[in-house]
Amino acid sequence: MTDIIATSGGVKWPSDKVSTIPFQVYTDENQYKIENERIFKGSTWNYLCLDAELPEPGSFIVSRIGETPIVITRDEDGQLNGFVNRCAHRGSLLCLKHKGKAENLTCVYHAWSYDLKGNLTGVAFQRGVKRQGGMPDQFKKEDYNLRKIHVTEFSGLVFGSFSDDAPDIESYLGSEIADRIRRVLNRPVRILGHNTQVLNNNWKLYMENTKDSYHASILHTFFTTFELNRLNQKGGIIVDDSGGNHVSYSKIDPSLSNDDYGSQNIRSSKDEYRLEDPSLLDGVDEYGDGVTLQILTVFPGLVLQQIQNAIAIRQIVPTGVETTELVWTYLGFQDDDEAMVERRLKQANLAGPAGFISMEDGAVGNFVQRGINGTEEDTSVVMMGGETAESQAFRATETSVRGFWKKYRTLIEGQVPNA
Amino acid sequence: MNEQTRNLIENLMAEYVSRIDNDDLERWPDLFTDKCLYSVTNRENHAQGYAHGAIWANSKGMLKDRVSALREANIYEEQVYRHIGDAVRLITLDNDIVTVQSNFMVVRTMHTGDIHLFATGMYLDRIRIQGDTALFEERIVVCDSQKIDTLLAIPL
Ligand code: FES
Ligand SMILES: [Fe+2]
Repeated sequence: MTDIIATSGGVKWPSDKVSTIPFQVYTDENQYKIENERIFKGSTWNYLCLDAELPEPGSFIVSRIGETPIVITRDEDGQLNGFVNRCAHRGSLLCLKHKGKAENLTCVYHAWSYDLKGNLTGVAFQRGVKRQGGMPDQFKKEDYNLRKIHVTEFSGLVFGSFSDDAPDIESYLGSEIADRIRRVLNRPVRILGHNTQVLNNNWKLYMENTKDSYHASILHTFFTTFELNRLNQKGGIIVDDSGGNHVSYSKIDPSLSNDDYGSQNIRSSKDEYRLEDPSLLDGVDEYGDGVTLQILTVFPGLVLQQIQNAIAIRQIVPTGVETTELVWTYLGFQDDDEAMVERRLKQANLAGPAGFISMEDGAVGNFVQRGINGTEEDTSVVMMGGETAESQAFRATETSVRGFWKKYRTLIEGQVPNA
Repeated sequence: MNEQTRNLIENLMAEYVSRIDNDDLERWPDLFTDKCLYSVTNRENHAQGYAHGAIWANSKGMLKDRVSALREANIYEEQVYRHIGDAVRLITLDNDIVTVQSNFMVVRTMHTGDIHLFATGMYLDRIRIQGDTALFEERIVVCDSQKIDTLLAIPL
């Protein structure tokens, strides 16, 4: 084990467990470079966009895997293709627009052009001008296609991978996680809007925060006040075998009392606080299973959220060691009637950069980042609910945070840690 | 637009900014009609016709709830805004309803002293004039950028 840690070249861990996290993983430049190679370009599936954002042949959209710019196209055969958004000539960004429709992709710099499958089809002045200049005979266009990545689709979500070794998407997700994605995205979606939240912290702090069901009812008091997410609700955590993917869910259970809360010294449960306009919380049980909250993550960078009828996708994009972008896509479904659209627009106030129950998540990663400044040699502890990363039938746990580190260390160190 | 209407509107704009920038948020919802629309969106969403807003409220009650959540429930570091705006431009004038546009810039100063240009954009307003009062029936805040730094606590 020690040898592996040493040869991984990354930050050294105090042990082979995942319950003690060295702060350096959030600050170290070299670790960040290793992550790019072994996580983002490793055998992972990275969320890129929605299938619905590529509605017809010729549609393209840009996205990112780690910091690498990616373009995704739908070709004439209706197939999805993904490549690095980088011209094979001198490396210029190829697609400058966020999304659009095109018959081919042409670089603005020297007009090399590519078909929708990423093959180089045209080189300006390949034969020279007036028989002068031009490419030598040994130049073969087929040697200069765009750098292609694997692309796969699941329940309308499009993922990309640099690696030939990534398992098929369902095995990657694990059957329980796959089922819960299907549960939410069970019919054709409609996009309600986008925004991007700039997080002044390392990307992992946000992913951990999303997997951290321990904080949910403590940091976010709006949530607890209206009984959307109490630790004594029925619910639990599912962690897939790899550790990287998780679901946290809760169901309203009026038969359970809220007594556990009273004795805790936490700033919570302001019973005197009532909404002037309670229609904000007029949810409907659109899935017919009583689940009011389902937060799901797919390693390394996808969050799928269902909070009552507020459905959203969050793509976590690292932009530096200590900066991250969180790209929000708010969703409804094509069969929504006007009342349902209005309900979703209202409930969208719950999450997002201005979310009543989530705005703190945009700041708390930065609180950690600032807190650890100068003492990166120390560690944090994630031992709520044990030291391993199995599924648990309660939410006062950090099991899925440990799951994150299980998957992370497996990829970085090439060996599954003690979790 | 007659002089009285212009005065009422300019007054409304000034009150709006002052109530936000001077931490008088409890009186901010009073500048809206009971049924109203307040939404903070961005250029991209607006151009695509996407209705989502990072903040989206269709009643004065929802605006009040936003304020009480900020006071009672939400955690965010102490911060203040400074709004800079230009003169309103008249779009349509129709009985009691005036639609106007104006530009804004918001600088956010954190308790640490850090100063950021937080948002720039356009206010698209439908203003109801009744006697000698003017109230927002609709205020769509269209930010130029789709990016929001850290969080959007105080309304724009
Ligand atoms: S860099 Fe793209 S054609 Fe030269
Ligand atoms: Fe949170």
